[in-house]
Amino acid sequence: MKSSVIIFPGSNCDRDMDVALKKFGFKNQMVWHNDQSIPKSDLIVLPGGFSYGDYLRCGSIASKSKIIKSVIDFANSGGLVLGICNGFQILTETGLLPGILQQNKYLNFICKNIYVKVKDKKNKYFKNIKKDILELHIAHNEGNYFCSDDEIKSLEDNKQIAVTYCDEKGTEADENNPNGAVKNIAGIFNEKKNVLGMMPHPERMIDKYLSGEDGSLFFENLLGNMK
Amino acid sequence: MKVKVIVTLKNGVLDPQGKAIQQTLNGMNFENVSEVRQGKFFEIEVKEDDETKAKSLVDDMCKKLLANLVIEDYKIV
Repeated sequence: MKSSVIIFPGSNCDRDMDVALKKFGFKNQMVWHNDQSIPKSDLIVLPGGFSYGDYLRCGSIASKSKIIKSVIDFANSGGLVLGICNGFQILTETGLLPGILQQNKYLNFICKNIYVKVKDKKNKYFKNIKKDILELHIAHNEGNYFCSDDEIKSLEDNKQIAVTYCDEKGTEADENNPNGAVKNIAGIFNEKKNVLGMMPHPERMIDKYLSGEDGSLFFENLLGNMK
Repeated sequence: MKVKVIVTLKNGVLDPQGKAIQQTLNGMNFENVSEVRQGKFFEIEVKEDDETKAKSLVDDMCKKLLANLVIEDYKIV
């Protein structure tokens, strides 16, 4: 399986993502934001970081880069597009995903391990995943997911909520919501579920000695579902 | 000509920075401050002398980039 990671000025999780994808068997290539087109890929990843220094709104400038038209075309033709952290913010700014990531409710930059609950398994990303609750890492200042009441209803009706913040037992209470996101949302799909945006970083949890292995589960499972 | 734009958060959208500024002002003995909403201000130099045309261009810019209409409103002033 071939993957492409798009690099924007200010991306800083691009190489971590490259390491993770290769570790689990993807043939990964790095693509510069100013390129016109993306090499043949089965998966496109928009990595975490601070594209364009988070100027204007997080992800807003990157969402207008040259390469984005190819990403949108790829997504609209059913290709898998994964946006992590700043990648999620870019996906909402392109309109591929609804809503927006606002500044964290308590104004602090959050950098810690959290738990998320997998809310839907009828998709390529989480089908067959061995755990319902994953321990992942978050590091963000703008992760407070927000959208209109109508959009929330449609996300729920179409089962587009991918992962929610919870505790290690899976309880989605306010105290387990690190950033104030509506309905504890940590990640969502588009309607067809080929586009996934999420704030937590699975690429940071791929080594049992350094961090944890729930990110490994995510990548192994994704690759298995793509074959 | 120069066109000025103010982008503000919609009513009801949480503004944690505005809230922090309000609390700081209250702490500085400006007790009369009951709410602060923070926004953005843009001055855009457009190569266009016709005011209507210039403002219509900026309106398009606001919709496409300067404001995110999910949470923000804009005003061309």
